[in-house]
Amino acid sequence: MARARTVARPTIPAPEKTSIVLVVNGAERPLKVAPWTTLLDALRDYLDLTGTKKGCDHGQCGACTVLVDGRRINSCLTLAVTKDGAHVTTIEGLAKDGTLHPLQQAFIDHDAFQCGYCTPGQICSAVGLIAEGKAKTVDEIRELMSGNICRCGAYPNIVAAIEQAMGQS
Amino acid sequence: MINFEYARASDVADAVRQIAGDPGAKFIAGGTNLIDLMKEDVERPSRLIDISRLPLNKVEETADGGVRIGALVPNSDLAYHPLIEQRYPMLGSAILAGASQQLRNMASTGGNLLQRTRCYYFYDTATPCNKREPGSGCSAINGLNRMHAILGTSEACIATHPSDMCVALAALDAKVQVIGPAGERTISFADFHRLPWDTPQRDTNLEPNELITAVELPAQGFRTNYTYLKIRDRLSYAFALVSVAAALELEGARIKEARVALGGVAHKPWRDALAEGALRGQEANPANFRRAAHMLLRDAKGFAHNTFKIDLARRAIVRALTQAARGTPQSQSNKKIR
Ligand SMILES: Cc1cc2nc3c(=O)[nH]c(=O)nc-3n(C[C@H](O)[C@H](O)[C@H](O)COP(=O)(O)OP(=O)(O)OC[C@H]3O[C@@H](n4cnc5c(N)ncnc54)[C@H](O)[C@@H]3O)c2cc1C
Ligand code: SF4
Ligand code: FES
Ligand code: FES
Repeated sequence: MARARTVARPTIPAPEKTSIVLVVNGAERPLKVAPWTTLLDALRDYLDLTGTKKGCDHGQCGACTVLVDGRRINSCLTLAVTKDGAHVTTIEGLAKDGTLHPLQQAFIDHDAFQCGYCTPGQICSAVGLIAEGKAKTVDEIRELMSGNICRCGAYPNIVAAIEQAMGQS
Repeated sequence: MINFEYARASDVADAVRQIAGDPGAKFIAGGTNLIDLMKEDVERPSRLIDISRLPLNKVEETADGGVRIGALVPNSDLAYHPLIEQRYPMLGSAILAGASQQLRNMASTGGNLLQRTRCYYFYDTATPCNKREPGSGCSAINGLNRMHAILGTSEACIATHPSDMCVALAALDAKVQVIGPAGERTISFADFHRLPWDTPQRDTNLEPNELITAVELPAQGFRTNYTYLKIRDRLSYAFALVSVAAALELEGARIKEARVALGGVAHKPWRDALAEGALRGQEANPANFRRAAHMLLRDAKGFAHNTFKIDLARRAIVRALTQAARGTPQSQSNKKIR
């Protein structure tokens, strides 16, 4: 039967924080982070960019999706120190001069959310999907968006929104 | 996650030097498996050596007509690389059957080989697990074992290797190039991953102080008659219950060369020389495919919740060989199995 186990841990004193620079939504943001600070926590807790959401914290839901150097990734499984110098785009960086990004507009047009918790991740993921240029059919959109779970089940409208934005790009 | 130190490797030699100098250290590439396991307190490295910026990111042709894949090539780039799409489509298909595009953008070729089992007990530090803590026992043998192995198990561990990419690499007879303090060596794919035996804490024959530098594919890519068929609990973004990489070289209706590798059923991608040999020289027909499937599963042994895998694997093999023979590989976006 299962029993609680205590495992001896090595005690390592907290190392010095490392100075890094992230270029977030076009602006250079110098930061001091511990080695274990994830990119997700750095964005939310250090830079107050709380648009990027923490769902599972284990790569299983896609709520934390951001673009690093133009590619969509899970920020919860990324250590901030490893991305020193990288360009990061979050949901806050998509609108330009007060005009929504075509995907943001498409999500509104198609009512592609209910609670909205997965939406920043969905939209950043869809920006990555369109940039990759691999999805041509609805099946391919669905498959290549499967890393973004929607607890409210807004999937049909999410796919419709992405189709609309793809048609415009 | 415990506290740990972080250092970046400046080149391959530096990476090897750093890992040799610190037995508690681990390499980090994409981090998609390591960070996950560190958050669960399953992996507790004292130091992470970041290899993600090393120049091991090329896919290039080799002198003998094969292809050499750098250990840091992201899974997504590899799947869509022209050399892979054109010459090794089974590999691209297997990669695209795994994880999500975000994860594939992060995951590296070397890291994919070394990803650890998804056995629930391995992840749960409150339960005994011989792989996580040698000698503590195996919670899965008499516990929940629906996802567990049916071939090559031991009394110490019945975990499976979760990779899709590795199943295709096994079928393709890939080789793994590694470097350590003693120099470089090449490990054939069949010898890379291990069966659990009484040392389930060791997933592979890579030494802890060795770095994977590349994976090499031989010239034969089976570009015409292949498939990667993955059966899972939901249609996407789930690990395989059973998967089959099947590749044939046909001469008319006859099989000249056959490869069948299974995922989700053992501690390593499962191949069977006898079953493949029995297909060679035979006609590509359902009766011969069924015979090969039975041969592949002849030593299979189920546990309380996973005996269904034995039949599932047999049927998946027959279906995969049929898809390969017809030249109609499984689509990874339209999930209908034909
Ligand atoms: C939610 C989720 C779903 C997934 N679904 C699937 C799936 O369906 N199919 C599938 O196949 N996979 C799946 N994966 C697993 C994923 O493919 C692996 O996590 C990934 O391939 C690991 O690569 P990485 O570069 O991120 O490895 P890391 O996490 O960086 O490293 C893994 C291990 O390898 C070591 N290492 C890395 N590179 C080297 C090297 N060059 N030399 C020596 N040691 C090295 C590290 O020290 C570490 O121990 C999934 C993962 C997640 C989180
Ligand atoms: S099957 Fe292997 S990994 Fe799972 S509990 Fe048993 S020893 Fe641990
Ligand atoms: S929070 Fe990162 S994938 Fe769920
Ligand atoms: S809108 Fe609620 S989780 Fe997607």
